[in-house]
Amino acid sequence: MLDVAVAYNRFKFLGEEFLTWLWFVIEKDPVILKKADPDLTSLEIGNRIVLEKRHKRSVERITIKGENAGLEEAMLALQKGALVAELNLVYRSGEQKWQFTIKAESLNLSSFKIPKTAAPESPEEMEGFILEKIFLYDKILQFLDKLYKTFIKYRVATRWQKRDISLIKNWCRSVL
Amino acid sequence: MSLLSASVSLTRYKVEGQLETPILETIAAGLNKNVISEIDDRSLEKAVGWTSLEKPYQPDFTGSAFVYGNYLLFSLRIDRKTIAPKVVRKHAVIESDRRLAESGRPYLSRNEKERIRDQVMDRLNATVPSTPNIYDIIWNYEDAILWFFSNLKAANEELETLFLRSFDLTLVRLIPYMAAHYTSDLTDTEKDILLGLTQTHFTG
Repeated sequence: MLDVAVAYNRFKFLGEEFLTWLWFVIEKDPVILKKADPDLTSLEIGNRIVLEKRHKRSVERITIKGENAGLEEAMLALQKGALVAELNLVYRSGEQKWQFTIKAESLNLSSFKIPKTAAPESPEEMEGFILEKIFLYDKILQFLDKLYKTFIKYRVATRWQKRDISLIKNWCRSVL
Repeated sequence: MSLLSASVSLTRYKVEGQLETPILETIAAGLNKNVISEIDDRSLEKAVGWTSLEKPYQPDFTGSAFVYGNYLLFSLRIDRKTIAPKVVRKHAVIESDRRLAESGRPYLSRNEKERIRDQVMDRLNATVPSTPNIYDIIWNYEDAILWFFSNLKAANEELETLFLRSFDLTLVRLIPYMAAHYTSDLTDTEKDILLGLTQTHFTG
């Protein structure tokens, strides 16, 4: 087992490739999303996407934010070799909505919002209230785990070189 | 309770190691051993410890107060006192001048100045109330997974240190490689392939 600090630096790209692949899946292969969570109604890019391109001694960073921001600049950055470093996503299931930002280098979540739940009216209701919150957080975490698992399985298989890379390349080229 | 905030940050960990049975008693002992201690009216600058989720200012781990369904819930509390550097300098200069006047000497040695600064810090710390920061924790013991409701580097490092000291268990952050290794059901061959991966270039 690798040391955490070594693993963090050496395999940071795995998180960036995962988010880049996830963007591709959202656009071109949503069946994978549905397989990961049959309750899913939709998964969309939210109000923030950050791409990074590493040079030998510097990092070029492109941030696109705003509720209805176009993703053309992001796609252009992708075509120039950048990868997704942060992605805000909106997950919907029926009438319920979750929103969160996932960071590639750590897979940490921030700005994580879950559907509103009824506030407890007595101390006895507190445990149920907290467990419902946990369930709502867990729903997204399990969904992300399944997607990451799928990505990693593809990534270590020969299909990545033979199939997935060219599909993602073609998607990048076809958009603009 | 950060867990109940409208918007949260979350870091995930794998918990490595086994606890002695009975598990709940071992955990309660670990929590009590490192429960947060109040540092107001004391010269300490910082305190780090466990506290209760629902009563962060009156920690209580008796019985199974930290058990919610299949989860163990408690919080990390970091109390810190902040004193503006200019305030420290002001009091240090006043104290230095007083000592020079008393001794009739023209200057103080470096050691004396450092000692004065430490004494000033102790005196000020004893008068300044600490600011508490509370970070919630959800521990799924069966799955050996822990959620920490903060992405702050310093808070995460305090958590990892205190967790090891309290329970003799190691927290491994589920960064991309670790998540792949621990949670992706890879075979040994696939783990070897994972170790040899290099970055994909989607251009060209």
